[in-house]
Amino acid sequence: PGRALLARRGGALRALCGSVRGLAAGPETHFGFQTVTEAERREKIYQVFESVAKKYDVMNDSMTLGIHRVWKDILIHKMNPSPGTLLLDVAGGTGDIAFRFINYVRSARERQLQRRLKHHQNLSWQEISESYQEDKFKSLGDSQVVVCDINKEMLKVGKQKAQHLGYSEGLSWVLGNAEELPFDDDKFDVYTIAFGIRNVTRIDLALEEAYRVLKPGGRFLCLEFSHVSNPLLSRLYDLYSFQVIPVLGEVIAGDWKSYQYLVESIRRFPPQEELKAMIEDAGFLKVDYQNLNSGIVAIHSGFKL
Amino acid sequence: GRAWLSHAEPRGRDGRSGEEEEEEEGCYPLYPGHIPTSPLQKALLAAGSAFMALYDPYRHDMVAVLGETTGCLALPNLRDKMKHHPEGYRILQERPRIRLSTLDMAGLRGLPDGSLGREYVRFLEDNKVSPDTRMPPKFVDDEELAYVIQRYREVHDLMHTLLGMPTNMLGEVVVKWFEAIQTGLPMCVLGAAFGPVRLSARKLQVLATELVPWAIRSGRNASCILNFYYEQRWEQPVASLREEIGIFPPP
Repeated sequence: PGRALLARRGGALRALCGSVRGLAAGPETHFGFQTVTEAERREKIYQVFESVAKKYDVMNDSMTLGIHRVWKDILIHKMNPSPGTLLLDVAGGTGDIAFRFINYVRSARERQLQRRLKHHQNLSWQEISESYQEDKFKSLGDSQVVVCDINKEMLKVGKQKAQHLGYSEGLSWVLGNAEELPFDDDKFDVYTIAFGIRNVTRIDLALEEAYRVLKPGGRFLCLEFSHVSNPLLSRLYDLYSFQVIPVLGEVIAGDWKSYQYLVESIRRFPPQEELKAMIEDAGFLKVDYQNLNSGIVAIHSGFKL
Repeated sequence: GRAWLSHAEPRGRDGRSGEEEEEEEGCYPLYPGHIPTSPLQKALLAAGSAFMALYDPYRHDMVAVLGETTGCLALPNLRDKMKHHPEGYRILQERPRIRLSTLDMAGLRGLPDGSLGREYVRFLEDNKVSPDTRMPPKFVDDEELAYVIQRYREVHDLMHTLLGMPTNMLGEVVVKWFEAIQTGLPMCVLGAAFGPVRLSARKLQVLATELVPWAIRSGRNASCILNFYYEQRWEQPVASLREEIGIFPPP
């Protein structure tokens, strides 16, 4: 019983020690509702995803009742990539965005080919078979997606999934840090980060990197949990988040704490307007956002012009 | 009251630096590994863990969670039984733990056959189990009761030894019947009732005709198994300890 009292007083003391410690060990930031140094936060987040990687997809389906798939579909539809697009999916871990991208450009490519064939009704058999030959090797039409993630376990799961589902063409996997991307300037047509930017420690650096690696005219797209303004929905959402999600984490993944972190990190993340301002600060123009499900999730978009 | 609801409001944004985690439930961790939970969370955990334990029998952590979330009546009962017994009281004071690091395995192995220590080590080796795989409690909201359930888990292997039951499904079910009578923990009762679902007809017959009646009789006859300081009784012959506790010889 005495411990509870001590902890309360300890809070003030810890804040003081924290600021002193901060001078030595690096600036302070948050991990869910805790206060930690930046180095500690990076380490803890790495461990969270290392721990959940194998059950990541199962948990996503359970927590969102499968709705996360719709959110990701909407993101790709909004992107509307044409064949030949070069996509960088950061924090792409288990590949959900990458696979959807490939599916989308593949069907776009098929439609493109069909349209072309319709216009070529007067070709000889020779010419037709030649056009089939060259198009066969471009079922994606030169589209490519690079999946970049900081966590080896998540990438491993993603690669296994790709193999299992039969995705190989136009797909590559790179270990990298969103705050310091291992790519040259002006390389990509589209940059996406889906449910990843929340876990980045220095969001401003990640946004600057996004700006750097995009080609002029390139698009930045961010899919992330955001803030619900409707008070009733907000209460229900909080109730569900704090009461149900950690329990699901314990029962399905045997890991309460990682999912407690997840719901806390959502609350800590900047709301829609603030994130929009941060994206503008990085140099993006025509920045806008679209709320999904009343703000539970939001898609932010910006262009490098 | 519903104190936890007010704490569940997202206050993370306006700086809660320096405060403990888990504050949403309105409590602080009471022991290492403690995760404070609201009544709703406990109910959800109980239901979820019960389902998962049946669905995937390898999820021993789910059995543990079920025990913790449903033990709110049985655990205080057990603790009181311990408090009112001289040896049990000493255990509560001294809080011994059965772990590989505290056991002198070589010494126990050297004890004569038939002694508790020797048979316990034999049991561990034959069944390839270790006392260190017991889950520490997470969802018990009282630090003494957390120890009681921890003690119950660590003594489980000794129960196997005293009852002479192996760690296969059949043996586990028999021990669960014994423990259900002894402790009244709902998790044991559920395990005893649903465990047999996965057994073959032949085993079920043996279970029903011989093993369970014996387990029940022994369970009722025996005094509280948590009231014995097993760590100070390694040299005692198993047969003598059985008699002292009140467990009938196994069939």
